[in-house]
Amino acid sequence: MANNKKVIVPIGPYHPLLEEPEYFQLYCDGEEVVDVEWIAGYNHRGIEKLSESKHYDQVTFLVERICGICSTSHPIAYCNAVEDLCGIEIPERAKYIRSVIGELERLHSHLLWVGLAGHFLGYNTVFMWAWKYREPILDMFEMITGNRNHYAMLRIGGVRRDIEDEDVPILKKTLSEVKGKIEMLTEAVLDDPVLAARLKGVGILKKEDIKNYGAIGPVARASGVDIDVRRDDPYAAYNLVEWKVITTENGDVFDKAVVRLLECFESIKIIEQCLDAIYHKKGEIWKEVREIPEGEGIGHHEAPRGEVFHYVRSDGNTTSPVRHKIRAPSYVNIPTFKASCIGETISDVCIILAGVDPCYCCTERIAVYDNDKKKKNYSFKDIVKKSIEKTKKIKEEIGKEGKLWKGLL
Amino acid sequence: MSLKLKALKKSLWVYHVSGGSCNNCDIEILDLLTPRFDVERFGIILAASPRHADVLLCTGIVNKKCVERVKEVYQQTPKPCVVVAVGTCSCSGGIFRDGYQMAGPLDKIIPVDVYIPGCPPKPESIIAGIVKFLKELK
Repeated sequence: MANNKKVIVPIGPYHPLLEEPEYFQLYCDGEEVVDVEWIAGYNHRGIEKLSESKHYDQVTFLVERICGICSTSHPIAYCNAVEDLCGIEIPERAKYIRSVIGELERLHSHLLWVGLAGHFLGYNTVFMWAWKYREPILDMFEMITGNRNHYAMLRIGGVRRDIEDEDVPILKKTLSEVKGKIEMLTEAVLDDPVLAARLKGVGILKKEDIKNYGAIGPVARASGVDIDVRRDDPYAAYNLVEWKVITTENGDVFDKAVVRLLECFESIKIIEQCLDAIYHKKGEIWKEVREIPEGEGIGHHEAPRGEVFHYVRSDGNTTSPVRHKIRAPSYVNIPTFKASCIGETISDVCIILAGVDPCYCCTERIAVYDNDKKKKNYSFKDIVKKSIEKTKKIKEEIGKEGKLWKGLL
Repeated sequence: MSLKLKALKKSLWVYHVSGGSCNNCDIEILDLLTPRFDVERFGIILAASPRHADVLLCTGIVNKKCVERVKEVYQQTPKPCVVVAVGTCSCSGGIFRDGYQMAGPLDKIIPVDVYIPGCPPKPESIIAGIVKFLKELK
C-alpha cells in the first residue's frame, strides 16, 4: 500500500481546518491521490465500557456526550432500546416533544455542515452566514431545554421537560424567521457559480458504492438510495405527521449539500406540525419505569448523519446495562472515501472527506497506542486484520465449548 | 510588566487543541468566531500552527493516544503562553473520569492557567474567562 515512490501528505491529527483530532494520510502521485488511510483513536473515550458501570438513568447523560452535534440522537436511540427492552409505549405528548428536539437538532447540524463546507472550500462568507442563522435555533434550544447544546431532554419512558404553551407562539415565530433565512441561504448556495464549479461532479458515490459500503443518511440519499429510518421503522411522532424523504441522483458533493439544505425545510414542516399538536393540550410527558426486566432491546434514530443504532442487554438483577453496543452513522460513511477520493486531485479531497459530514467522536470505537516506544501506528488494514483474528479466536473458543455458537449454526 | 507579556495581551492568537472531546466545546469555540460573538474584533484569531499561537484552547479528556501529541503542541508553543482548559472534561474529567482511556485531566499533563467549566461553556463564559485572566495578568 505505502509505496516508496509516492508522496505521503498527512492531514492532522491537529489541523487548523478540523475541529476534531483526526488523522488522514494521503498517498499522492503528483497531484492525484492514489490511496487514503485513516488512523483512528484520538477521540476514543471508552463509552460502551463506561455505560456498564452507570445506572440506566445516568446512561442517557453519558450517551448524550458521545457527540456534541448530534447530542440528542444517541439518547433517543438509547431510550428506544430500553423501552423496547421493557416493552412500554411512551405518552403521545412525549412523542411529539421528542420529534421537535430531534428535528431542531437536524436543522442546526445541517446548517453547521453547510458552514463548515464553505470554510473547507475557503469560501468564508457561507461559513459566517450559515453559523449566523444557526444561532436562533440554539436560542430555541435554550428556551425549551435550558442549554444550547447537550439538552438532557430525554429519559426512559418519556421526556424530562414539557414545552410550555406560552413558548409555542415564540418558537413558531422564530422558526418562520429561520425558514426565511434558510430559503435565502439555499438559493444563494445553489445558484452560486463558484460553488457549482467547485462541487459538481466531485467525489461521486454511485449507487453500487453506497450498497457496497452500507452508507446511510444524507450520503446515501444524495446517491438516490431511498433510505430513512424515520419512515422505514417509525418511532416518536414521525408517523403522525406529514413529511417526505429527499433524494437526489448524482451522488456528488453538490448533491449532498442539496439534500441537506432541502431536508431543513422538511424538518421545519415536522416541527410546526408537532407544535400544533401539543399546543393547548394537556397530557403526561413521561411514564414511570419501575423495573428493567431481563432481556435485550434495540433502538434507532435517524441522526443528521444517518441511522444511529443502540443495543442494550439487561440481566434483570443489576441497575446498569450488561452490554451496550453503539453504532454511529459515520462508522459506515467514512470508509466510502476509498470509493470517492481515489483518483481525485489533492485540492478536492478535503471537501470530499468533509462531504459525508464525518463525526469522529461518534465513530471511534478503538484506540491503539504505544506512546513509550513511539512505534508506528496501526493502519486501517492492521486493525481489520486484528479484528478478523480475534473473531476467529472467539469462534474457536466458543466452538469447543458448544452452546451458543452451535445453536446459531 | 515585561515587554513579552505586554505584547501577548495586545492581540491573542489562539490555537485549538482537542484531546478526545465530544466536539461540543469545539463548536462553541468556532462559534466565537462567527457573527454573533465575533471575537475577531478584539484581535483574536485562530492560528494555523502552535508556533504562531499565544493561547492554547484545550478541550476534552486528553485520552491516552493524545497525551504525547498534546505535550508536543505545548512544547512547540512560544512562551509565555496561556493554556486554557475549556469545558468540564479538560478541567476535571467530567463523566469520563473513570474511563479506561482517561489520561487527563489536562493539568496532569501540561500547566494550566485558566479553567472554564461548563458542559459546554457558553461562548459568553469563554470570553468572560479570558477577559478575567487578562485583567489579572501582571
